[in-house]
Amino acid sequence: MASGPTTRRTFEPWDDPKSKPILRVSSVSKSYGSVTAVDQLSLDIHRGEFFALLGPSGCGKTTLLRMLAGFERPDTGRIELDGVDMTAVPPYRRPVNMMFQSYALFPHMSVEGNIAFGLKQEGLPAREIKTRVAEALALVQLPDYGRRKPHQLSGGQRQRVALARSLVKRPKMLLLDEPLAALDRKLREETQFELMTIQEQVGITFVIVTHDQDEAMTMASRIAVMDRGRIAQVAPPTEIYEQPNSRYVADFIGSVNLFEGNYVGGDGAPTMRCAEAGCDLSLAQPLLVAPGHRLWVAIRPEKLEISREPPPPGTLNCLSGVVWDIGYLGDFSTYRVKLDSGKIVSAAEANRMRLTERTISWEDRVYLRWVPQAAVALLS
Amino acid sequence: MRRGLTPINLTALTLGFAFLYVPIFLLIIYSFNESKLVTVWAGFSTKWYGEMARDDALIAAALMTLKVALLSSTVATVLGTLAGVLLARFGRFRGRTLFSGMIYAPLVMPEVITGLALLLMFVAMGLARGYFTVMIAHATFAMAYVAVVVQSRLATMDRSVEEAALDLGCPPFKTFLVITLPIIAPAVIAGWLLAFTLSLDDLVIASFTTGPGSTTLPMKIYSQVRLGVTPEINAISTILVGIVTIGVVAASLVNRRAALRRERDERLAFAKT
Ligand SMILES: Nc1ncnc2c1ncn2[C@@H]1O[C@H](COP(=O)(O)OP(=O)(O)OP(=O)(O)O)[C@@H](O)[C@H]1O
Ligand SMILES: [Mg+2]
Repeated sequence: MASGPTTRRTFEPWDDPKSKPILRVSSVSKSYGSVTAVDQLSLDIHRGEFFALLGPSGCGKTTLLRMLAGFERPDTGRIELDGVDMTAVPPYRRPVNMMFQSYALFPHMSVEGNIAFGLKQEGLPAREIKTRVAEALALVQLPDYGRRKPHQLSGGQRQRVALARSLVKRPKMLLLDEPLAALDRKLREETQFELMTIQEQVGITFVIVTHDQDEAMTMASRIAVMDRGRIAQVAPPTEIYEQPNSRYVADFIGSVNLFEGNYVGGDGAPTMRCAEAGCDLSLAQPLLVAPGHRLWVAIRPEKLEISREPPPPGTLNCLSGVVWDIGYLGDFSTYRVKLDSGKIVSAAEANRMRLTERTISWEDRVYLRWVPQAAVALLS
Repeated sequence: MRRGLTPINLTALTLGFAFLYVPIFLLIIYSFNESKLVTVWAGFSTKWYGEMARDDALIAAALMTLKVALLSSTVATVLGTLAGVLLARFGRFRGRTLFSGMIYAPLVMPEVITGLALLLMFVAMGLARGYFTVMIAHATFAMAYVAVVVQSRLATMDRSVEEAALDLGCPPFKTFLVITLPIIAPAVIAGWLLAFTLSLDDLVIASFTTGPGSTTLPMKIYSQVRLGVTPEINAISTILVGIVTIGVVAASLVNRRAALRRERDERLAFAKT
């Protein structure tokens, strides 16, 4: 149980070779007819993690979660929970609980009845059930709602009841399938932080499915980005954002400018020959590929520096173009710049001053530049 | 398009309902007729109801009908619910299309054929025909109706509610009993009432499958009418109409209330506060 400081401690069991994962998924596949929903997927999740599965619609997130809960049987592969093989164990014998997107509350039972249901299945004495139900209701801040029926609750309250119901059994792992999708934006943001707090309080491993990247970035200790039934990358949010391992991940999380080109060797100053940029782009580090190899440089809009003044000659990674479009987002302005090669590049700049007079305007010739460390070189 | 009651559709409505209900009203009115002559009104009297109550054969037939209806509708409800659950829940099992086609067959099969087929089966099995065979026959064809009602209710029920119960440690059969069944109870009750009324007023299948000494009320009425309509028959028919009306109205009320509640729940679910 975490207590005391409100800041979150560093928590990186995945980098610790001694830490044994609580969940181990090994080459699991699942097909529905000709559709392969999950394809040879392997994944380790550690105790106490807040793990997010992120990916576009139809990439197999729900299918994977349902296999973890036991509702679907994998075609091949193995699912191990805390060292015990769970692959063939039915859902009602797994120490794992799930919170459903539709909440799936029992309409004919009161809130208390819903929360007590799982405990009654364990055959606990009535006294203990009562105290644990009260604790669970207090945890989700609904202490006086026990007598109500689900239809007498608002959407947000139902969401809390569903959470209490799935936590009250103290499972080894809680699975959440888009738990916040039905809430409005403001409530969703509040609930994100609440979920994180609750997770720290109860110390249960959470696996959450979402296709909202902000949600995943805010809450998760690690994110798995999925692509057509496979995992494209597993890493903490900052690494996913700053060190994507492929164009797919770079493009899926946030927005990114991609330049395609060929590797130019050289020990001291590795560069990429790039027709789109109209010049050679210098890279932060040498790559372990032969000269001429195809690669991409990814650079986030906010890492580009935009100005109307031409930089001194000899500046690395400097592009020039014409402002094509300006988007004012309140906190940021985004500039879409058309390079001389015709490629459009986005640059974002924080609006530090009040915009009384734009310094950069449509049709202006501008210069974009970045330090090599701000960009990522990608091989796929 | 104009909605509401224009003179034309008011007329159509009146004519349609008159066509349906005037004969029944006549029957009810004449059951209170003093005269023995069915077509001559001679003042109000309830004496035929007393007469009817003293007719032992008629009362025996009525009791037999009630017994058959109660038993057969209960058996039909159990079997029909199971069939409905199987069709709605067990996905694509081998022979599902065949099975679902077959469950609908008794709904469209001419009753004469169903009756004849059942008769042949009972004869082949060497079963003594009587109230038991009528009961089996009614259960068989009413089961199809129950299955359809239950299946359509299950089709609109959120499956994840059942999965949530499994997930919380409740084994499948118990989940069915404590979660699914209470939620679909209105449909099951409506199915039972439907089966009950179907059995109560069946003439054709009962005639085929019954044996000597076991006469149901519709059969009794039918055979007496061939000797001439008596006010006594009108009286017992009025009671029958009353029971059937109550059954049908109750079934639709149960279903309607459940549907209204569902609608309200859904409205609330999407109304965010
Ligand atoms: N029961 C099923 N029968 C047939 N195909 C299915 C079934 N469940 C999922 N699929 C298919 O498997 C693929 C993955 O589905 P899944 O529901 O896991 O996606 P998802 O990542 O959860 O998407 P979303 O973000 O839209 O919820 C899809 O192509 C889907 O059509
Ligand atoms: Mg999904």
